[in-house]
Amino acid sequence: MKKLSARRRHPLAALVVLLFALVASGGLYAAFAPAEKAQADSSAQSLAIDEGKRLFAVGCSSCHGLNGQGSSMGPSLVGVGSAAVDFQVGTGRMPAQQPGAQVPRKKGIYSQAEIDQLAAFVASLGPGPVTPTQEQYTATETDAISKGGELFRTNCSQCHNFAGAGGALTQGKFAPSLENVDPKHIYEAMQTGPQNMPSFPDTTMPEKQKQEIVAFVRYQANEAPNPGGLSLGSLGPVTEGLFGWIFGLGVLIAVAIWVAAHTTKAKKS
Amino acid sequence: MSQDMSDDKLPQAHGAGEGHGEVAAADNPFADPGLPPHEPRRTDIDERAAKRAERQVSLLFIVSMLATVGFIASYVAIDPAKIVYIFPLGHISALNFALGMTLGVALFCIGAGAVHWARTLMSDVELPAERHPIEADDEVRADVIQQFKTGAGESGFGRRKMIRNTLIGSMALVPLSGVVLLRDLGPLPGTSLDTTAWKEATPTTPIRLINVNTNLPMKAEDIAVGSLTFAKPGPSALRPDGLQESDEDFQQVIAKSALMLIRIQPSDIKDAKSAALGFEGVLAYSKICTHVGCPISLYEQQTHHALCPCHQSTFDLSDGARVIFGPAGHPLPQLKITTDASGYLIATQDFDLPVGPSFWERNA
Amino acid sequence: MSSSASAKTAAPASTRAKPANKAEAAADYLDGRLGIYSLAKSNLRKIFPDHWSFMLGEICLYTFIIIILTGVYLTLFFKPSMGEVVYNGSYAPLNGIRMSEAYASTLNISFEVRGGLLIRQIHHWAAIVFVAAMFVHMMRVFFTGAFRKPREINWIFGFLLLFLGFFDGFLGYSLPDDLLSGTGIRFMEGAILAVPLVGTYISFFLFGGEFPGTDIVPRFFTIHVLLIPGVMLGLLVAHLILVFYHKHTQWAGPGRTEKNVVGMPLMPVYMAKAGGFFFLVFGIIAAMSAIASVNPVWAYGPYRPDQVSTDAQPDWYMGFAEGLIRVMPGWEIRAWGHTLNLGVFIPLMLFPLVLVLIAVYPFIESWITGDKREHHILDRPRNAPVRTALGAAWISLYLVLLSGGGNDLIATHFHLSLNDITYFVRAGSFIVPVITYFVTKRWCLGLQRRDKEKVLHGRETGVIKRLPHGEFIEVHAQLPQDKLHTLTSHEQYEPVELPAEVDENGVARKVGLLTKTRAKLSEGYFGEHGQITKPTAEEHHEITSGHGHH
Repeated sequence: MKKLSARRRHPLAALVVLLFALVASGGLYAAFAPAEKAQADSSAQSLAIDEGKRLFAVGCSSCHGLNGQGSSMGPSLVGVGSAAVDFQVGTGRMPAQQPGAQVPRKKGIYSQAEIDQLAAFVASLGPGPVTPTQEQYTATETDAISKGGELFRTNCSQCHNFAGAGGALTQGKFAPSLENVDPKHIYEAMQTGPQNMPSFPDTTMPEKQKQEIVAFVRYQANEAPNPGGLSLGSLGPVTEGLFGWIFGLGVLIAVAIWVAAHTTKAKKS
Repeated sequence: MSQDMSDDKLPQAHGAGEGHGEVAAADNPFADPGLPPHEPRRTDIDERAAKRAERQVSLLFIVSMLATVGFIASYVAIDPAKIVYIFPLGHISALNFALGMTLGVALFCIGAGAVHWARTLMSDVELPAERHPIEADDEVRADVIQQFKTGAGESGFGRRKMIRNTLIGSMALVPLSGVVLLRDLGPLPGTSLDTTAWKEATPTTPIRLINVNTNLPMKAEDIAVGSLTFAKPGPSALRPDGLQESDEDFQQVIAKSALMLIRIQPSDIKDAKSAALGFEGVLAYSKICTHVGCPISLYEQQTHHALCPCHQSTFDLSDGARVIFGPAGHPLPQLKITTDASGYLIATQDFDLPVGPSFWERNA
Repeated sequence: MSSSASAKTAAPASTRAKPANKAEAAADYLDGRLGIYSLAKSNLRKIFPDHWSFMLGEICLYTFIIIILTGVYLTLFFKPSMGEVVYNGSYAPLNGIRMSEAYASTLNISFEVRGGLLIRQIHHWAAIVFVAAMFVHMMRVFFTGAFRKPREINWIFGFLLLFLGFFDGFLGYSLPDDLLSGTGIRFMEGAILAVPLVGTYISFFLFGGEFPGTDIVPRFFTIHVLLIPGVMLGLLVAHLILVFYHKHTQWAGPGRTEKNVVGMPLMPVYMAKAGGFFFLVFGIIAAMSAIASVNPVWAYGPYRPDQVSTDAQPDWYMGFAEGLIRVMPGWEIRAWGHTLNLGVFIPLMLFPLVLVLIAVYPFIESWITGDKREHHILDRPRNAPVRTALGAAWISLYLVLLSGGGNDLIATHFHLSLNDITYFVRAGSFIVPVITYFVTKRWCLGLQRRDKEKVLHGRETGVIKRLPHGEFIEVHAQLPQDKLHTLTSHEQYEPVELPAEVDENGVARKVGLLTKTRAKLSEGYFGEHGQITKPTAEEHHEITSGHGHH
């Protein structure tokens, strides 16, 4: 054992571990996977995993470790599942650019194909939530929006605001705006609980309810009209007060100045 | 201590003793030169300018009339449900926009016309008006005081002390009837704030925790680490169907009985008492903030902090919901939970503390 | 019927001149019954001075009228009931949701009543502007010293209107029973519960039992539409009668004295201007309600005590109370079986106290100056540096607390930590007003110095002249007399002196603490650090008569 641990920094050590892991997972697959169909699937799958591992080593391993075991810079990814990777990388949060209270959403640098490969690799590290399919996050009932609205107000609006405009958390953290967020990513966020967001697993919030919430968010944060006019950010009375002071009272005072001012005298013109 | 000031200490009053425009400037350069002479406006001397102003005023009034016609037309013609896109306002109600703008223009133009009329065509000669002191002169003052004294003397109010005192007494008492009448505005509080709907739960008649989303009971294994679930009381003797939204008293009951369920690795729970109230790391806290009662549920799953969106009281749920920031004065109450024979989460007693904001009679 | 012909007596002919036309005849009729001629005699050509800042009060008056007009319309459709219904209306995203009739009828006003949304928005926007205008109007009166005798009582009326405006606004915000308004009412319940001894009872009486019950919306409705507006209307009429009676204040200027008021007559100029301004205000508020949504209740959803949205704030005017409550540390005293929730109770007491600070100021100032004369000429803020600085400090305190009330939005929009903002507001409530006080006072003194410089040395003409010996100077031009008069007409008090320590008989005189305090304050207000002595005619004479340039 001591010999083994002394060589753990050997350049080939990681490779050896990986080989072991591959052999082990291959063996497990061989043992448990249903035979025929799995054969074709698993070869495509293992190709994706290999490709994902390569991408992972370049883009992610400096923080999460070569095998996703985590380090002081980033958490372990064993068991987070493909959904978490799809969310984090798909929304551009990962790879993170700089340390801060929270990793913000930004433009992604990976294509969806690359994200899928990364996700396949991370999913191979341990069982976790699986990237949802479109049927999973698309509601079909007509009353999904109103049902989703009620669920949203119970479970989500306390952080994300009644219209999904986002809100503040402690120490500089925040619940992001849900505007223009891909429905898949909304679903994945509920599944996986990224960063400080709690998760809403299927055991306590079944798939159908997540669909309804997605439907409501898509409606409220993206499509809903603002019948009354400018939404002022849907941020409640604070922006309304600012608008009332700056625009309302401001224009009224400007008009008052016009009303009270003396008319230009003839000789000046 | 007198508030009086001798007059010589006070500054020279502005314009005291001067009529306007009387003082020669020679000896006092700061003296009031009096009202400047009126200078005519263009419209005062140029009839064409005056005509132009007249047309402008009338035009404003005509625009107002047209806008009112537009208002009525919009009211009749536009479907209230119609949404249009108007830059930069966004997707807005066509009817609201049309009505508001036409009404706004109709009113604004009347005002603008009137003001323009006043500014250009009505006389702008500034006139002085005398102010008269508000205080009455000494003669009037003496007269009124005398009249009052006569009246008061005739009433005998000061002399007949018994009448005076009993009058004061009756006047002082009569408002009490008004106060007493307010008694039936509501029931007396009693001890109702000390308990919640969970008080019915006992070890022999436990109450299941019902998931607010699914309306179903939950097992401990349903609650994943890092997840957040909200719960309400399930069936009990008083409420065989459990708490339902259609119940008449749903709002009152949920206002105190709402639960927030989280799960923390038992090794991460710092407070032993809190861990004991939970079940294998599943902790059930009141969802109602102890500050002023907002539903506090901004749960940060990595820090285990729960933040209140109203006033930002922050509770450490891994440490018995201790207050770590903000204006709340005491921890969130925790509900003791366990599981029944079928593995469902149950409560066997009420919260360990009264739920919600503090109140004077709170003894905990 | 014997008395037929003989009882006929001709009515005595009226002594009054025959009316020239129907309008005069109608006026004569009314005068015979209402005495309108005597009433109009002194008022028809009543003089009002012109200045934009004098119209701030009119904005308040007109928005108040708009609020009443639109409010009456809304009562025709609003159902102040907490009876439960399942919504099934034209706003699809809430279909099938359980809600109170109050909320459902608000949705109905917004989506089914044509123009209902507009009237609702006019009502709400006008309310936001109403309180803002009252605030600015009060500040105008404060900074110009218009609250001085004889207007102190009117200042108090105005203050009460502001205070009642706060509360009626809050009640109105609470009526639709949406998620935001319910959260506001919940806060109110918590605040009432924090009152020692009687809080729990008041809460149970107000809510008709435990929160939220079913009584609160109808009760608030009555208070919102009847009780408070009724009191406000009375105060408003009294306020306006006093404005008429006192005649308006005016700025210093040539021909303007404490004994006159210079301006244009009510009929016709002010009728047109003030009347026109009502339509301008109404028009602008209507247009504002067409372009910007206010309180979109449908988006909040119905109130449920276990639901909440972040960004839960009251309307702006309650914002500083919200700030107080947010930044207060969570102090709670538990003893003898009772709990005193200082974390809520102290802000609850500070809220009126901060407001009362400004309400009682006129009485404090008049005590310090001991001045019992009437004042109708306004002070320029710079000429009352201590008062101006105190007012600015008060506003800065208000603003700091207001930012505390919006700390979550400041945090998200400026990428700051919520907690840091709270710490800043805690410290800033004490520090910022002090800094503001000193900066403002210095600023005022600087402006006074500049005025003095202008009076004595004239204004810079921008013309550069080269003197024979090569020196360049800028030519200064003497100010005209009207400017000189305006710049030097303000009053300057001298600090009160304490009486000599021993009287003429050599006996030690007792000087009370109040007297000493007053002397100290007076020194602070009017001593050498409180104001710049204004130029005298002699100084001016010496400089101008003298030696050419300077």
